[in-house]
Amino acid sequence: MSRYYVNKFLYTVDSDPKWVAAYKADPRGTIDRWEEEVGQWLTPSEKTSWLSFTEEEREALATHNYVWLFEHGAHFFLNLTLFIALYDQEYTARSGPLSFQREMADKLSPWVGKEYPSVAL
Amino acid sequence: MAELTAVLASTHHPFYYKATTSPPDERPPYAGDWQRKVEAYRETLIAADPDILVMVGADHFHQLWLDNYPQFLIGQAEQYDATFYNEEREFGIPKFLLQGDVDFSRYMHQELMNQEFDLAVSHELKIDHSIICPIITVRPEADLPVVPIYTNIFVPPLPSPKRFYELGRAIRRVIDSYPTEKKVVAIGTGHLSLELGGPRQFGEHGPDPLFDADAIEWLSTGNAEAILANVTHESMSGVGNATHGFMDLLLMMGIAGEGEHADYVDQLDLFHTREMYITWYPYKNQKQAEAATAAAEVSDASTGPIYANDAVWDQFREEKQESEQGTGADALSAVGEGSER
Ligand SMILES: [Fe+2]
Repeated sequence: MSRYYVNKFLYTVDSDPKWVAAYKADPRGTIDRWEEEVGQWLTPSEKTSWLSFTEEEREALATHNYVWLFEHGAHFFLNLTLFIALYDQEYTARSGPLSFQREMADKLSPWVGKEYPSVAL
Repeated sequence: MAELTAVLASTHHPFYYKATTSPPDERPPYAGDWQRKVEAYRETLIAADPDILVMVGADHFHQLWLDNYPQFLIGQAEQYDATFYNEEREFGIPKFLLQGDVDFSRYMHQELMNQEFDLAVSHELKIDHSIICPIITVRPEADLPVVPIYTNIFVPPLPSPKRFYELGRAIRRVIDSYPTEKKVVAIGTGHLSLELGGPRQFGEHGPDPLFDADAIEWLSTGNAEAILANVTHESMSGVGNATHGFMDLLLMMGIAGEGEHADYVDQLDLFHTREMYITWYPYKNQKQAEAATAAAEVSDASTGPIYANDAVWDQFREEKQESEQGTGADALSAVGEGSER
């Protein structure tokens, strides 16, 4: 389990339009490429040798499964912002403003009234 | 010594820019009211005649990241770029270049250290919407030098509410002692009850309007005791997973001072969240008093505290009562059914 690494994925993809587009078009392939080109790097020349995803984390990211990510403590802000980037435009065109955000709320509704999974690392 | 001519504490909302600059037929229905209130609030800053802005906000994982995350950080740069690609993408917020005030930043940093607040420092800080939103709302000319201070409201473990309040008190002492003839205004933004990326996001109202009622009373009456007795990290999570931004409003109240009643208080139920706009004038003069009164006439704001028993919140109190009575009645009937069997 590497919640940090999952957050690093969400954070670095969200902050670069090239990675946002790639993650939208080919999520599974993008994860592998991201690990090579971004995930294992601390700075452009310094490598972190030990970070990796669990199979479940990889699968959740490969299927854009933000519910699983929420339930396993991915940071709520990153989880929201990146999936807005991926889906807001098409949802807004189809069903009006904020319809993606409302669907996300709806899918997470079993958590109303409960303590949410912690985002603490 | 510097004169602190005003303290502004408000919510920030990145939707404001697009909502109020789109062509009229693309603006959301709430844009008109919102703009009227924001532009009235802006007048309360103009009356404070600021030369320098001390600005408090929180980076939303734009520059500050989990490989090295500071609890409190001050910017000390000649200039500050803003905003980030993903904020432009999501909110349409334009780029800015704000002037810094290196001497004041250095003085603020050293003096806060002298008061046992060991802030991190950044000499290359890019500003995000927590500071650009108030620039857009209350100083769209973006013409004043800024001293930016960032807080951690995002990465647990967070500093305690008390620590935010005490940092506000310390910032006030530093401003009061800064040797300059200039006028300083402190502007900070945060949130009332707020949910992001969770099941209560983007509902019909904010996640907990009755928390907002208490929060606005506490802030606008300078009631530090009530806040520190009632507000914890856990209680904030309970009223919305992103409510911890309230601590930045508490920090601003610390700058204004304990027991200080605000001179201008406004709020707006903006469906999924409640907006709040507060101004304190520490040395209120006639011009400021008149500006607050005139602004309040335009916006229907108050020129003093808004209390939690205000009629604005009757609707939510009634709903809460009904739902509590509802549960009570269900429980009773369940007992009744049980005893019949
Ligand atoms: Fe924000």
